[in-house]
Amino acid sequence: MSVAAAPGMTVAIPARHRVARRRRIVERGVLSVLACGTVLAVALLVTILGYVVVRGLPALNLAFFTQRPLPFGEVGGGIAPALFGTLLLAAVSGAIAIPIGIAAAIFVVEYRSGRFAAPVRFAAELLAGLPSIVVGVFVWAALVRTVVGHYAAIAGAVALAIIMVPIVARSVEEVLRLVPQSLREAALALGAPRWRVILSIVLPTARAGIVTAAVLALARSAGETAPLLLTALGNEFWSADLFRPIAALPLQIYRYAVSPYEDWHTKAWGASLVLVLVIGTIGLLLRVVTRQRVR
Amino acid sequence: MIQSLTRTLALLAVTALIAGACGGASTAVPGSPAVPAAAAPASAAPGAAADPCGIPVKGKCPREATALTAAGATFPAPIYTKWIDEYNKLTGVQINYQAVGSGGGIKSLTDKTVDYGASDVPLTDAQIDALKVPVLHIPTVMGSIVPTYNVPGVTGSLKLTADALAGIYLEQIKKWNDPKIAAANPGVSLPDLAITTVHRSDGSGTTGVFTDYLSKVSADWKAKVGSATSVSWPGGVGGSGNAGVAGAVKSTPGAIGYVELIYAIQNKITYGSVQNKAGQYVEANLDSTTAAADGFTMPDLASLKGQQAKISITNADNAKATPIATFTYVVVTTDIPDRAKALTIVRYLWWSTHEGQVFAKDLGYAPLPAGVVTKAEAAIRAITSGGQPVLPK
Amino acid sequence: MTRATDRAFAAGVAALAMLVPLTLVAIAVLIVIEAWPSITTFGLSYLTTTVWDPVKLVFGVAAYVYGTLVTTAVAVILAAPVAIGCAIYLTEFAPRPLRGPVAYVIELLAYIPSIIYGLWAIFVMVPVMRGVVEPALQGTLGRLPVVGRLFSGTPVGLDLLSGGVVLAIMILPILLAVSREVLLAVPPTQREAMIGLGATRWEAVSRAVLPYARPGIIGGAVLGVARAFGETMAVTMVVGNSSREIGGSLFTPGYTMASAIANQFLEADGELYFSAIVEVALVLLLVALVVNAVARVLIRRSIADRPAGAVV
Repeated sequence: MSVAAAPGMTVAIPARHRVARRRRIVERGVLSVLACGTVLAVALLVTILGYVVVRGLPALNLAFFTQRPLPFGEVGGGIAPALFGTLLLAAVSGAIAIPIGIAAAIFVVEYRSGRFAAPVRFAAELLAGLPSIVVGVFVWAALVRTVVGHYAAIAGAVALAIIMVPIVARSVEEVLRLVPQSLREAALALGAPRWRVILSIVLPTARAGIVTAAVLALARSAGETAPLLLTALGNEFWSADLFRPIAALPLQIYRYAVSPYEDWHTKAWGASLVLVLVIGTIGLLLRVVTRQRVR
Repeated sequence: MIQSLTRTLALLAVTALIAGACGGASTAVPGSPAVPAAAAPASAAPGAAADPCGIPVKGKCPREATALTAAGATFPAPIYTKWIDEYNKLTGVQINYQAVGSGGGIKSLTDKTVDYGASDVPLTDAQIDALKVPVLHIPTVMGSIVPTYNVPGVTGSLKLTADALAGIYLEQIKKWNDPKIAAANPGVSLPDLAITTVHRSDGSGTTGVFTDYLSKVSADWKAKVGSATSVSWPGGVGGSGNAGVAGAVKSTPGAIGYVELIYAIQNKITYGSVQNKAGQYVEANLDSTTAAADGFTMPDLASLKGQQAKISITNADNAKATPIATFTYVVVTTDIPDRAKALTIVRYLWWSTHEGQVFAKDLGYAPLPAGVVTKAEAAIRAITSGGQPVLPK
Repeated sequence: MTRATDRAFAAGVAALAMLVPLTLVAIAVLIVIEAWPSITTFGLSYLTTTVWDPVKLVFGVAAYVYGTLVTTAVAVILAAPVAIGCAIYLTEFAPRPLRGPVAYVIELLAYIPSIIYGLWAIFVMVPVMRGVVEPALQGTLGRLPVVGRLFSGTPVGLDLLSGGVVLAIMILPILLAVSREVLLAVPPTQREAMIGLGATRWEAVSRAVLPYARPGIIGGAVLGVARAFGETMAVTMVVGNSSREIGGSLFTPGYTMASAIANQFLEADGELYFSAIVEVALVLLLVALVVNAVARVLIRRSIADRPAGAVV
């Protein structure tokens, strides 16, 4: 607290006030630094998204969405195979990963007294920490080289699924834990069998969280590149065949970004914008779905 | 309720399966391997154009596979992608060529994860052995590797002696105004700027040819680094593919990289000329690339084991030749079990080595000399499926 | 009858759930098997050799480990103060209406796919690094005696420093999210007690809240480290992709374990070369597992009851 003084008067500031003022200055200084850090972080996000939008918009035209890539060096064409590939891979990997993830969460929470609940939980945690390129190596050795025999979309989908399962499992587990035990007990007391309790009481109660988990996992898988390099390989042509290589947005962005062709650079930004929009749309759907069911 | 959740998941799964099935159906391979050879002759006589599956390729063939996967060299990728586009318009065949580098092509072929591979350098003896089955190298086109650089203020073609080039990549020559570079370029103002060498980070036939050349002209290089698709570089930055090297050079002042000519031209990056064996500085173009094969006899393409050095045309004697030129090859197993795919591959290769050659010039490559085309034809005819030749003799 | 259905349901759930540990084991086993030729050929020297020569068939992962460690260290050093500071600001000091939205916005960074970070880094960040930041660093910190060596050499832009910076931006949201959660989990009594004793808000935070939250925040940093280890694409695009002997400078091109695999896996032909690359994956796998486990233990200890929907 500053001591008001008439001009010309010198007033000795008591010691405790000096200390207090210094501490307050320190506080103010620290707060400014912290606030700056926050501004920096926000600025980063805005910058990155801003570049994606500004540099990506010029690339978006009808050909971009409907045509396939042209030969090296020719200007024009589009990324239609990659866009479709990303959506197909998301659908297939989601179809594999989401049920398994939910099952793992159910197993860990509802059957927690079982012998295997802890190992499953632990395994999910470890799996979550695996670098995605390692997953790609595994799927290449296990599927591409042997079972399928060549690069294929299904291998890419499996790799993405392996990455998604722990995300789904951990998020759903948390949500399931929040379902009040009393709900389960009431249902059991009414004579409902265990499986009925889980399917008709617990899961619907946790539905918002389950959808969140699924969406998070899908968003993550849409952006993964490294495992696809080794499994899906990429495809210049539009393909919906699960047993052929397939294109994907992140793969296309990578190959275009490291090339020297200006046209490809613009397309890389455009594809990034599309990818961000795809993920953003998934997120928006999430908000809509979870909001609707709130009582 | 639980129903809606199940429904969503089911819908998701069904969509995926349907998409997969539809996709599978649309690219289903027509023609079965059980078709007896006698019923499927591919006629070579120009007059027998009535057989749509014959050569020369005129249009669609109902018996051939309509989709192939191939992987390999980035060196010829501009012309390969052009050929694939044109061939697709002609026959409807979709060849998915992924330019992952010659090393990737060779490995994919060995692992049988693709239908054919592409490489600028022939397989080594070890690689041939690893395949366990005989392979054919089919030359498709010729090209030149040029040193491309980004030196502020230098817009023209720099002359580099073999010595200088080796010295740069050995990290012994560190600045652009080094006397060894300046001596060959009087009148050019070279800045006092550090040289950043760019090489291939992936297994590359372009690297193979480039290091083959350096090994021939520099004993130091041969001893310290050697020649292969992947070497232990003394320094510098790694780029992925010819495109990645070009991209790195284009965006890094002071950088130098080795790329196939078209990558420098298409991206308007300055490139120089390397002094050839006769002491001349020859600009890389169609004529000088063709001159590198002057007097060259292609060895037997069916058995290159131990003969790989004979395929090299770097450091050619001809005074008009570029010093770092090469053929590039499609590599196939001599026997391709799937008859429909074998037919597609044979027809496509025939088309590439004949009708496809006209596209070479515009893209900065050189078409195959007549003698090499003859050898290529012999190699293509040697392709069998299940022991039976795909093309009649 | 319902008991049979119950058992069937439980078995079904268990079957699906067991796929998780099964996959984990399969990954570990298959990678060890594929790496075996390299493990037996090089033994422990694999971990200490910096030479990676596909021609002479000598392989060692030390240079890649070095690259991974350096880029991760740079990432944590840059990101941790910003993230923790931001978390403190958002939980303790920011105007209340701003807290949620701002935190949400920053956490959006976590949803941007890594390839887009790479794209932005290669076209926007690297020229700035090469043209502005690195020369500036060389001119200032580069003159100091010991530290100066870190900033020696020609700034190329495609080097370990750029790799570290892009990683820093990528782990920022994770660090922020975890730090925020940890700070929110600190009982208000801690803060209130200090204020009751006459402390300023900052003193209350720095002397009561932060020490309480420290294990969790460190856990968050370790989690960021784990994420940084495994990040492939964004780093590959800017790190230079070249391994030499381990130099002392941040301005040299480098390789991380993940980017080495991404670049070389598809063409590593020949049994030894291939298994050497897979052994890199093995090392990466082990390191990532250990670091992740440590992180989670630290975080779990710090957060007793986590809010719902936390994705950590």
